[in-house]
Amino acid sequence: MDPTPFLALSAILFTIGCIGVLTRRNAIVVFMCVELMLNASNLALVTFSRVHGNLDGQVGAFFVMVVAAAEVVVGLAIIMTIFRTRRSASVDDASLLKY
Amino acid sequence: MSVTSSALILLSEEAHEGTVPVIDPTAADGVLSLLWLIIALPALGAAVILVAGGTRTRAWAHLLGCATVLASFVISLLAFFALLGRDADDRSVSQFLYTWVDAGGFTADMSLLYDPLSAVFLLLITGVGGLIHVYSVGYMAHDERRARFFGYLNLFVAAMLLLVLADNYLGVFLGWEGVGLASYLLIGFWQHKPSAAVAAKKAFVVNRVGDIGMALGTMLAFATFGTTAFAGISAVAGEAEQATLTALGLLFLLAACGKSAQVPLQSWLLDAMEGPTPVSALIHAATMVTAGVYLVVRSNFIYDYTEVAQTAVVIVGVVTLLWGAIIGCAKDDIKKVLAGSTMSQIGYMMLAAGFGPFGYAFAIFHLLAHGFFKANMFLAVGLGPAGYVAGLAHLYAHGFFKAGLFLGAGSVMHAMNDQVDMRHYGALQKAVPVTFLTFSMGYLAIIGFPGFSGFWSKDRIIEAAFGENLVIGLAALVGAGITAFYMTRLMLMTFFGKKRWEEGVHPHESPKIMTVPLIVLAALSVFGGLLVLGDWIVDWLDPVVGVTQHHELAFSPIVYSLIITVVVAVGVAIAWLTVGKSEVPRVAPTNVSFVTRAARADLYGDALNEELLMRPGDRFVTGLIAFDDRGVDGAVDGTGAAFAGMSARFRRLQTGYVRSYALSVLGGSLLVVVALLAVNLT
Repeated sequence: MDPTPFLALSAILFTIGCIGVLTRRNAIVVFMCVELMLNASNLALVTFSRVHGNLDGQVGAFFVMVVAAAEVVVGLAIIMTIFRTRRSASVDDASLLKY
Repeated sequence: MSVTSSALILLSEEAHEGTVPVIDPTAADGVLSLLWLIIALPALGAAVILVAGGTRTRAWAHLLGCATVLASFVISLLAFFALLGRDADDRSVSQFLYTWVDAGGFTADMSLLYDPLSAVFLLLITGVGGLIHVYSVGYMAHDERRARFFGYLNLFVAAMLLLVLADNYLGVFLGWEGVGLASYLLIGFWQHKPSAAVAAKKAFVVNRVGDIGMALGTMLAFATFGTTAFAGISAVAGEAEQATLTALGLLFLLAACGKSAQVPLQSWLLDAMEGPTPVSALIHAATMVTAGVYLVVRSNFIYDYTEVAQTAVVIVGVVTLLWGAIIGCAKDDIKKVLAGSTMSQIGYMMLAAGFGPFGYAFAIFHLLAHGFFKANMFLAVGLGPAGYVAGLAHLYAHGFFKAGLFLGAGSVMHAMNDQVDMRHYGALQKAVPVTFLTFSMGYLAIIGFPGFSGFWSKDRIIEAAFGENLVIGLAALVGAGITAFYMTRLMLMTFFGKKRWEEGVHPHESPKIMTVPLIVLAALSVFGGLLVLGDWIVDWLDPVVGVTQHHELAFSPIVYSLIITVVVAVGVAIAWLTVGKSEVPRVAPTNVSFVTRAARADLYGDALNEELLMRPGDRFVTGLIAFDDRGVDGAVDGTGAAFAGMSARFRRLQTGYVRSYALSVLGGSLLVVVALLAVNLT
């Protein structure tokens, strides 16, 4: 099996997520881009698992999914709280913690 | 070791043997076991008066003060006779009191050494000191702090007695410092006068410079000989290295310069006249300035081995004797003339001490004679102002009666301070006859009038100086002429001529308690010279200072005496021509020669100190402060400021924007990946 297309797709997805995190202001979109990056890495993990013929990569992918689920819960809760207090979901507005 | 070198050592030992006696005291017994009381009594008096305080002891402090010193005098006299009864070789007695310091390899005993040298000093200190105590009862009668004054006087005498009785340098050092402290307290006794407070401080500071010599000398003696005791050092001094002995000699000379007011540490003595007059008498006659001469003579076992240090002593003596004499010529303040004269006379003593065994005896003899007549003069001077005080108090009582009476106490002191100017004296011989007569005795003694004590003592020193070196002899001779000049000037300005008194001044003779000590001292000034007849003093001091080898003189002693008498007569004549014949102006003339101006300014001694020591010291300290401010503080502050500045820039990185943090994380990750790739590819 040639892993190249899968890895290329993984890299493209990761890059899209990365650019989204860096450029978008809406916290929900940023959050979705983070998920996109996590899933891109999941794809890479599963691909390598397949290439090497063992289950390590797939186990890793499951771990990522579990952590991502937990992160979604906490992250969305934080975003909800920020939105409630500031009436805005822009990540640039929440910039009080600075010099 | 070759035969020649050991023979040389033998030779040099032989050369010194007999000239430098080893101090080998026997234990004290009989009346001599009372030695410790001589110090203890005045010390006890001082302790009682100073601890109990002035108000509680006011009624009897002066009696206690006089009693302790006079009791010490009686014991000194008994001890002196006990010593006189012994063989000449057996006149060194020591008394062990207790172990003072016992630390590791260092032991210092508090023990006393009583030998012919200490004996004459004890008599001088307790005798003249006792007379000054008695005189002070009258002089300080109206001072409300008289009790404290007597406490200090007793402390002064006790410290000086310890200085001359201690059998080791550490004990001498203790007395040395005690004398320094007491002189500070007494010179500044009228501390409400800024000039007195400053003079006391000056005396203290200048003496500290000399004390460095004393302290270092003591340490060096211990490091070299392993002991500070005179007995121990005198036994092995000849075996020490020449350089060490010279260093010891120079250090002790520095110490002596401080206490004895010798050039270059002379500047405190003239200012010290700010103290009450009995203090001046005590400093100049019995205690303090004699300490330096004592130290040099006591350390004869060091000086005899070191030519360099001896020469230094001679030079210091010659310079000081001329220096003091020149200052004495130009001063109008009667006490300062006498202070200059003291410097000069102590210079003579140092000069004699620098001649080695030959001169030691003469130095001590001149010291005794000087003690008598100088004490006499100071006390006599004290009577003049005292008369004025009474006169002024009288004036105040009648002129301003009630208001003036209360203002009086402070003003009288001030008025008296002004009245030391000889230009406001004149024609006092009728007003204060006893003072005049006793002062005259002192005058004749100090100028060296034939038959008086100064004649005998100074004669021998000048003779010795000529035997040593023609230039030194001439300097000493000129000094004698100048002495005659300024003392005659003082006499003429004070007791003769027309009245130049301030208005309302009615001088009158002082009470008996003040004149009797004067009469005693005047008698000693006259008859003190008998001590030298038949070379008694030389024989007496022989066991301490060694066999005196007489120098070859070009002429017989009588020729020298004649020359000296002629020079003295010339000095007197010049004084008579310049001061006695014409009227003395009430205000000091200002169109005077450069020499007079220099002498009025103490030969620029203070200016010299200021330029050479104070200013550079000031600049050095200013530099140190600048270095501390800019260098040390700058380094510390700069480091802090650098970190503060750096952190101010770094914290700009914390923008608070999530995306900038994300970019940092991305950048970091990329770096890690690139690094891993780079490592793996190679």
